[in-house]
Amino acid sequence: MSARDEAAVVEPTLRPARPVDLRRAARVGVVAGIGAVFVASIGMVEDFQTRLIVDELSLGYVFLFAFPLMAGYLAAKPPPAIEGYAPPVPGVRNIAAGVLAGFGVALVLDVYLAVVGNVDVRSIFLNITASLVDLLTLGRGLAPGSALLAVWCVGLGVLGGAMHLAPARIRHLLLVVAVWVLAFALLQTVVETTTRQLGLSAVSRFLYVTGGSLSLLGGAIVATLGMAVDQLVLPRRAAMERRVATMPPSGRRNVRLALAAVGLLVLGALPHILGQFLTAVANLAGIYMLLALGLNIVVGFAGLLNLGHVAFLTVGAYVTGVLAAPGSGPGLPIVAVLPIAIGAGAIAGLIVGAPVLRMRGDYLAIVTLGFAEIVRLLAVSDWLKPTLGGAQGITQIPSLDLGFRVLDSPQEFFYAIFGLAVAAAYISYALLNSRMGRAWIAMREDESVAEAMGVNVIAAKLWAFVIGASLAGFAGALYASSIHSIFPASFGIEQSILILIIVIIGGLGSVPGVVVASLLLIALPELLREFREYRYLVYGALLIFMMLSRPEGLIPSRRRAAELREDERSQDEWLKTAQAQADRDAAGPTTGDVGRPATEPA
Amino acid sequence: MSEAVAGRASRKLTGIDGFLWLLRIVLIGAIAIGAFNSLVSGRLSGQDWRNLIVFGIAQGSVYALIALGYTMVYGVLRFINFAHGEVFMIGAMIGFVVADPLSRTAFWHEQTILAVLLVILAAMVASTTVALVLERVAYRPLRSAPRLVPFITAIGASFFLQYAIAGLFGVGFKSYPRVPGLTGAFEFAGFRLLKTQSLVIVVAAVAMAGLYMFIERTKAGRAIRAVSEDQETARLMGINVDRTIALVFAVGGAMAGIAGVLYGIVFGQVFFFSGFVPGIKAFTAAVLGGIGNISGAMAGGLVLGSVESVGPSLVLTGLGVPAANQLKDMVAFLTLVLVLIFRPTGILGERLAEDRV
Repeated sequence: MSARDEAAVVEPTLRPARPVDLRRAARVGVVAGIGAVFVASIGMVEDFQTRLIVDELSLGYVFLFAFPLMAGYLAAKPPPAIEGYAPPVPGVRNIAAGVLAGFGVALVLDVYLAVVGNVDVRSIFLNITASLVDLLTLGRGLAPGSALLAVWCVGLGVLGGAMHLAPARIRHLLLVVAVWVLAFALLQTVVETTTRQLGLSAVSRFLYVTGGSLSLLGGAIVATLGMAVDQLVLPRRAAMERRVATMPPSGRRNVRLALAAVGLLVLGALPHILGQFLTAVANLAGIYMLLALGLNIVVGFAGLLNLGHVAFLTVGAYVTGVLAAPGSGPGLPIVAVLPIAIGAGAIAGLIVGAPVLRMRGDYLAIVTLGFAEIVRLLAVSDWLKPTLGGAQGITQIPSLDLGFRVLDSPQEFFYAIFGLAVAAAYISYALLNSRMGRAWIAMREDESVAEAMGVNVIAAKLWAFVIGASLAGFAGALYASSIHSIFPASFGIEQSILILIIVIIGGLGSVPGVVVASLLLIALPELLREFREYRYLVYGALLIFMMLSRPEGLIPSRRRAAELREDERSQDEWLKTAQAQADRDAAGPTTGDVGRPATEPA
Repeated sequence: MSEAVAGRASRKLTGIDGFLWLLRIVLIGAIAIGAFNSLVSGRLSGQDWRNLIVFGIAQGSVYALIALGYTMVYGVLRFINFAHGEVFMIGAMIGFVVADPLSRTAFWHEQTILAVLLVILAAMVASTTVALVLERVAYRPLRSAPRLVPFITAIGASFFLQYAIAGLFGVGFKSYPRVPGLTGAFEFAGFRLLKTQSLVIVVAAVAMAGLYMFIERTKAGRAIRAVSEDQETARLMGINVDRTIALVFAVGGAMAGIAGVLYGIVFGQVFFFSGFVPGIKAFTAAVLGGIGNISGAMAGGLVLGSVESVGPSLVLTGLGVPAANQLKDMVAFLTLVLVLIFRPTGILGERLAEDRV
């Protein structure tokens, strides 16, 4: 080992940054092109053609053109900076990567068009229609349209690549604008109804044109509003939070009480602002919120993956139906049935929970799924048809009669459901900070250690199941009395998984996350009717994406995030990239510069 | 220390254990009474019982083929590939897509064997591709994550694949074309075999024998066994672990593809949700045979198929449950739950080297 080598190791020279990988860019483009073809083939581009965002731009085209844009952005993304290397300087190579990616998308789309434009595959692929080809070629005929589409793709790819040349602040603002415009366009019904109820119809008439899309001026206003909120309000929020944090405890409590009061007031006013239809949508989201809060206790707090949560909902709903409907059973008043439904849910939780206590995580999931399917199959079966009504279900379930008031309109029901949801959220927080909550956390992190430390693991697991199940039983009773009829088909495995998806996407163990996710994932598809067909597809993809990139969810609970992201993992990533770089250098002419302590003679 | 924990745990568990014992006694009693009643009543003749068993074996061999995918993946990666049922369904669907136009040509009627082989090949290619893409995109990046994370990913993948197929091919049932020469039945050693059933049993047997030879006799098979035994050591011995795991998914996918076409031939129709129930049943079969154990999965499939076919008529009707055949799926799920509760290591024992915590 010569002195020159040692000097090279010690000397703090920065090697040039790794360039954007152009071969990878082309690969990204082709993959994105396949994605675009898939989205077109399942009918998303065509079905969302009537949902307009701004002026004439439809959501269908947004889906289609998001692929070249994203491909350009991702392809031109500089590789992660490594210690010892100069930070990457954006330049013409980013644009080149964008061109390549856009070209990849264009290539795949044009090949696809050449095939489906000339061969009729409609008998196999139901959604590849002539009108889809027309849409993809932008109405210009096959050959000129394909060329035009290619130009668009390359252009958007360049735009995506050029994003890296813009300062981070601009990129952030563009994202904010896109989110605000999309949100306002998609929530057009909500904006229109609320403004009408508040006597401000002029606002929505001003923002939207008749097709339901934002007018160009309206879009500009929404964009400005979004930027204003992002630049002016959000920075203040952080300062406010800091100020509250430095207050004395009594002051902090007052702030919290005031916030809670405001929140409750808004919640109380909501059904009047939202109107009949939107309140019904909110109620549906509220039922799922209840279910998800219950499941959050089982999966998020106690760490028991339950794939059959819907079984408890079924039990609650059917107990209510059998006992309260006039035809089949004793026809008890529904207020008397409520506690029975909760109790039945709790017992069902005990029955499912007891045998699975010593099971490993994935087997537990499958057994709970099996239980839920058994419950559903029993409800459908001819065997129990005299009591449970078979596939026809139970109808004529009375509305919730509180004695002084019958809750039979969606608005009145809103209070019952969201009152309970607030209570469930409060119970969740209270439990988390109780002895039981700490037992759950300990158990989730390491069961044997928790047991050795004196945590009664059996009781903790059973309690999690029982509490989650009784909440679901309550939700089931409310569900049955709000829609008046129940069918076994509404309690399938998809529902269990849907609830699980809400909990996971919101953030395991995070109460605000669950609340937000149930609004997003349940209410949104109700507002966008044409989306309903694709929601499981999108949620499945979302679940994979979340697990790969953000396993802690949208609004993570801090503790869970730490468990899901072990530090070693990120460190491994870092080492791997560094090693790859070192290997590449070793192969090049600069071999002598790389110091390798492992091979050095002592 | 661990013994002390175990001792304390067992003392605390007495209530639960009592409950489980009670459950066992009740179940065994119910099965015994139901079976006794059915057999004494003579409602079904010996011939009927034999038919039920043959049907059970035919559908059981389909389950066994799917179960191989579950058990091999579990053996190597220790997680349930929840989307494997969808891999199977895609095989069945692509089989239909190829068979349907083919059945309208003369080739289908003249070269039936070749045509069916072609359909099976197409299904195998499709299933293998999907399984490989799934492994690469959804599972490989998560190999070092906590074990439930890839499982949840697999649930998402399962949903995604189901509704992708629904979007591409529509939500309706697809009727498999009839295979000429496969109508009717023949007698064999006192058993009356439908020709479709015998085809399924033969093809499944050949596929499983091929797989067994592959695993036991080839170098790649030895690599698979080594990786499922101990990944780290296998890597040190010069085995390309990534490629071997991909190979496991590919082989499992190919078996699922064959199973898909056989399922289409036996049951006549497929739709986008066809993968879920057979998938769960095949998983049950894998656990029943001892997860990670390849011959166990084959045995488990046959046992589960027979239980599901015979169980409703034997036990449920004997207990006076009407329309017992409707509860066929329930019997399968009940078997699943009971096996996982009472015998999670299966009848032939698990083949998992590492101790799982």
